Amino acid sequence: MKILVAVKRVIDYNVQIRVKEDGSGVHTDNVKMSTNPPDDNAVEESVKLKESGKVKEIVAISIGEDKAQESIRKALAVGADKGIHVKSDSYVEPLGIAKILKKIVDKEKPDMVFLGKQAIDDDCNQTGQMLAAMLNWPQATFSSKVNLKDKSIEIVREIDEGLETIEVNLPAVVSCDLRLNKPRFASLPNIMKAKKKPMEQLIAKDMGVDLANRIEQIKVEEPPKRKAGIKVASVAELVSKLKNEAKVI
Amino acid sequence: MTREAMEYDVVIVGAGPAGLTTAIKLKQLDPNLNVCILEKGSEVGAHILSGNVFETKALDELIPNWKNEGAPIKTKVSKEKFLFLGKNSSLSWPTWLLPSVQKNHKNYIISLANLCRWLAEQAEKLGVEIFPGFPASEVLLNDDGSVKGVATLEMGLDKEGNKKDTYQEGMELHAKVTVFSEGCRGHLGKQLIKKFNLDEGKNPQQYGIGLKEIWEVSEQQHQEGLVMHTAGWPLDSKTYGGSFIYHAENRQIYLGYVIGLDYQNPYLSPFDEFQRFKTHPSIRKMFEGGKRISFGARALIEGGIQSLPKMYMPGALLIGCDAGTLNMPKIKGSHTAMKSGIIAAESIIENIKNKADLSVYEKKFKESWAYKELYAARNVKPSFSWGLILGIIFTGIDQILFRGKLPFTLKHKHADHEALRPANQMPKIEYPKPDGKLTFDKTSSVYLTGTNHTENQPVHLRLKDPNLPINYTLKQYDEPAQRYCPVGVYEIQKEKFVINSQNCIHCKTCDIKEPSQNITWVAPEGGGGPKYGNM
Repeated sequence: MKILVAVKRVIDYNVQIRVKEDGSGVHTDNVKMSTNPPDDNAVEESVKLKESGKVKEIVAISIGEDKAQESIRKALAVGADKGIHVKSDSYVEPLGIAKILKKIVDKEKPDMVFLGKQAIDDDCNQTGQMLAAMLNWPQATFSSKVNLKDKSIEIVREIDEGLETIEVNLPAVVSCDLRLNKPRFASLPNIMKAKKKPMEQLIAKDMGVDLANRIEQIKVEEPPKRKAGIKVASVAELVSKLKNEAKVI
Repeated sequence: MTREAMEYDVVIVGAGPAGLTTAIKLKQLDPNLNVCILEKGSEVGAHILSGNVFETKALDELIPNWKNEGAPIKTKVSKEKFLFLGKNSSLSWPTWLLPSVQKNHKNYIISLANLCRWLAEQAEKLGVEIFPGFPASEVLLNDDGSVKGVATLEMGLDKEGNKKDTYQEGMELHAKVTVFSEGCRGHLGKQLIKKFNLDEGKNPQQYGIGLKEIWEVSEQQHQEGLVMHTAGWPLDSKTYGGSFIYHAENRQIYLGYVIGLDYQNPYLSPFDEFQRFKTHPSIRKMFEGGKRISFGARALIEGGIQSLPKMYMPGALLIGCDAGTLNMPKIKGSHTAMKSGIIAAESIIENIKNKADLSVYEKKFKESWAYKELYAARNVKPSFSWGLILGIIFTGIDQILFRGKLPFTLKHKHADHEALRPANQMPKIEYPKPDGKLTFDKTSSVYLTGTNHTENQPVHLRLKDPNLPINYTLKQYDEPAQRYCPVGVYEIQKEKFVINSQNCIHCKTCDIKEPSQNITWVAPEGGGGPKYGNM
């Protein structure tokens, strides 16, 4: 069995995001970047499946500028076998990403596409679903537990009412939740070995897919600052303020 | 326990300016050498913090065409100012009356973190292997007592030291020569200095703490290329320190404050002195309406050659500020650190090829311009132990009239941790409350550093005696760790000493200033600590 696992390079989750003054986006110069955290979970689960003997090959893919290769190398260092970097220096919307992934799936013919449920930078949560639709494959999103069988995969997903268990036939698109597993550390020797693993390079705009963005971004701004709280002397004052000032009761 | 081991010609600990320079120079001299660098930060630059007004002398020697190679060195110093601050007044000191070491017209305002990122790219192009996120945590010795290499920290331990699911063993890196370039108060460098008695016959090392913020200001407030320093308020005349205000590109100002860690009053809080400094009328107007975008702090070396340890030992070298090559009156250490890296590389080649003794490194260093500079600068810092006024008068005579050639060398008498006076002998200091616009609290500041350490790992700030803070330090000094730590790692809560180690920004101040030397900083799990951008 073969897995294609998609990873995205995003601003590290510890970094405080700074919005550009002209509202055109956020600062990314000299900002620490990392692999999107749920994508790390997808890589980890793929490696676990490989270790269990159920999976033969893991191909890690990332779409973006040259430095996106760092995320691929990291996946290779923890156990992926081969990397594909699709170079694009401009922003590609989830629709475009899904189209590129479809092209890759057509060529690589994996039994499963594994990816994070969403990226922490744009929080779109669309790529996996769009890809499944385009491939006409079943989708299993937000998996927090997976059980790979011969011709299907059973996953547990968190929903409003609790936990839902579903089983989909392979091939399928599976997106994963942060609770799925604890990603391992890459060891030094494996980081070195990863440098020698194969990495195919493609150019996004030469792949014959329409990458034109459909969404116009008008403005990016910081969320309004929270005002300092006040102390009230009595319950009566609290009720009065809630009623007359906040107008919530 | 058998750990995996990798063999290199040279292993370098720390990807700062000194370590990266060594790696580059080694590969320039011999492309066939196997060289690797271990770096505890999550990426190169993540733990680098510096002013920085950069003198290009060492870089000119290392990569002469750095301008064409896209080095992030762009803003030439165009104007200089020096202010003496009183509480509400300021006196501008004419720049022609400044000693030549404090003149910067040939220098550049840079982000040292960005320079290191660029140096790392150059090093990687030459085939150097850089491993960010892997702190060296242990020195390995050969049977003959010489340094064999280092081991990386094991990862995936819980608070009690038990193995978690993600546990991964440390790894040994063996080398013909191991180079320690951890920066000021490197935790392995400290062990080596002790083990090999490298500081025998030297004065105790002197340190300072540097705090830095980056501000984005309006065009009217910004003069790209302006370099300004201040002395005086809010520090009293017995406390050594001052500010720097560098107008960099993109309407940013690098603003910082340095305080000698030989201060006496346990109530002094370097962080709050820095915040208070910004409220001075001459300073306030430079930042009002602007936005603070970064914060950080790091200890620095101030001891000069009197405190410079022996820089070599069997199998290993100490370079940059892991030894202590900063030029204090010049307020610069990057160029001397890099020069020590160049010399280290040349010496290592002689050692590997011609079996030259590693002592050739110190000999060459002493013949270099870097050492001459440090020699001429040696009397400035100790003269300030007489107070600000006498220090300035002496420095004028020493630096302007005699150009550092006075026929005597002043001594550093005490280590910084010995300088504190008991709390009941010193005045309490009331710091103004932060306004959240110009001045800030520690919590919102540490937030800007992007600092994180994996939860549930062993505390990396170790107490030799866990009861000492409450039983002794609190009573005697009102536990100054609450104040000298710039990010509030140490707190006294209900008569308990609490260590919020996840906030630690790796500045090393506690390891230096704790009056009984009860706190030892060790490396936390890889990738932890701050994630500085263009600091």
